[in-house]
Amino acid sequence: MTAASPGVEVQGSRPRGVWRGRIFVGFLLLSLAIGFVTLGTLVIQVLIKGIAWVDPTLLTNPPSSNPEIAGARPAILATLYLGIMLIAFAVPVGVGTAIYLEEYANRERWYNRLLELNIQNLAAVPSIVYGILGLAFLVRGLGLGRVLLAGALILTLLVLPTVIIAAREAIRAVPPSIREGAYALGATQWQVTWRQVLPAAIPGIATGSILAVARGIGETAPLLLIGALTFISFNPTIMGPFTALPVQIYNWTKLPNPEFKNLAAAAIILLLVIILMLNAGAIYLRNRYQKKW
Amino acid sequence: MGGVDQMNLAERERAMPPPESREIVFDVSALSVRYGDSTALSGVSIKVYKNLVTAFIGPSGCGKSTFIRCFNRMNDLIPSAVVEGTVEYHGQDLYGAQVDPVEVRKRIGMVFQKPNPFPKSIYDNIAFGPRVLGMTDNLDERVEKALGQAALWDEVKHRLKASALSLSGGQQQRLCIARCLAVEPDVLLMDEPASALDPIATTRIEDLMHDLKRDYSIVIVTHNMQQAARIADMTAFFSVQLTEGGKDRHGVLIEYDTTPKIFTHPSDKRTEDYVTGRFG
Repeated sequence: MTAASPGVEVQGSRPRGVWRGRIFVGFLLLSLAIGFVTLGTLVIQVLIKGIAWVDPTLLTNPPSSNPEIAGARPAILATLYLGIMLIAFAVPVGVGTAIYLEEYANRERWYNRLLELNIQNLAAVPSIVYGILGLAFLVRGLGLGRVLLAGALILTLLVLPTVIIAAREAIRAVPPSIREGAYALGATQWQVTWRQVLPAAIPGIATGSILAVARGIGETAPLLLIGALTFISFNPTIMGPFTALPVQIYNWTKLPNPEFKNLAAAAIILLLVIILMLNAGAIYLRNRYQKKW
Repeated sequence: MGGVDQMNLAERERAMPPPESREIVFDVSALSVRYGDSTALSGVSIKVYKNLVTAFIGPSGCGKSTFIRCFNRMNDLIPSAVVEGTVEYHGQDLYGAQVDPVEVRKRIGMVFQKPNPFPKSIYDNIAFGPRVLGMTDNLDERVEKALGQAALWDEVKHRLKASALSLSGGQQQRLCIARCLAVEPDVLLMDEPASALDPIATTRIEDLMHDLKRDYSIVIVTHNMQQAARIADMTAFFSVQLTEGGKDRHGVLIEYDTTPKIFTHPSDKRTEDYVTGRFG
């Protein structure tokens, strides 16, 4: 080994840089641990308490004052209906708004900028406020009553900003060169949007929408407020009174009999499974249709 | 000056009939383009002739790309762009009140600097134009013909359903040319079509242009002078002009003539400085 000439030594270390790096990685691990450990504890506790209670009775029976035969069928069905209605209402309206803002709106106009600002703010409004709006406007103002449809509409309003923002991101990610190429062939704005931009943006839109819907069906506060509290022992209908899984969970945890707490844990497991399935669907769609440009 | 073949140019000059004998495709007069308050291009007048390759050359920022986009009204897509002056296409005012930009772009195709295939299959890329324009009769034949004209058919005929993004850069650019040809345009505009390609792919595109000018009028923007000298019949040299104490800069047309003339004995000193490599 000969000594390296001055200026090209690569041995030795810079302790300061190394320690900074280590502290940073430590901080990252801590951040990870906070989220992971809390969630893990929660899930484990719920599993221990509730897993024995996840049985056909829970799925098929209506609620009862006897925990042994009580189930959550009306709540599960209502949650599924809510999910379907949420997709049916929120996705077309949200994607439509996103297309308008990204493809048609002239940003130089003040009302379009106001609209954008508004949507971003709406995404941060607490869900209870949407509940109050639902109670005042849908249930009483429009006279819909305390029905499943009112619940679905209020959850739609709640998740709409999220859907719009996700869809806008997906549409914006379509390179402008694709639009130019299509326009240069004589396509109209409608054809460019419908045949090029939207198909290319669909994976992103689908992922964002599913995540928004998953959030929506886990919401409790607005549903409580518009009156999904009642003890429902029959299958829900769109224009009838209803309960939903999160509301059912809330109800059961309030009951004095400790066995209902276990039932609540079982219902939490069910809700987690439903949301997990939706998220898995979103991930699948994202990977399946991921685009490279 | 690097590699522009003087002998060949001189021969070509003798062999070339005067362009004035040809039909005029575009007659541009006093054209200016502004983006908001800043002028990109001012006072351009030019005639583009049928079945010739017309090249626009000049340094960066001289407005040549802005100019070529006036021919198919692509500048309409930029809200702040204002086009003044007239562009006549076979005697019709392209910017007239009755003119539909969609109709214009159907007749005047454009190929861009960076290949921009749609994220669809090779077949669907070519079929897109005919489909949106309602030319769906014999679509398969149309696709085959367009790919053939763009010298791509033999390379892709067995994988028409494959994603266009799986093609190489040069193939993608020929796909984009084929995509334009599929709607049977009259003119082909090319905005630096080979600038993102390797030399071999560039040669193929240049050969292609040579073949295509039999059926189409071609307008090409290029920053590569040798390329202009090789392929163009007519060349327009644009440059940047400073105005009002150097505050504002915009593109102007310096000289427009046959390619041999521009490259061997230009009339303007600025053109000569540019083509001999003293400037730009």
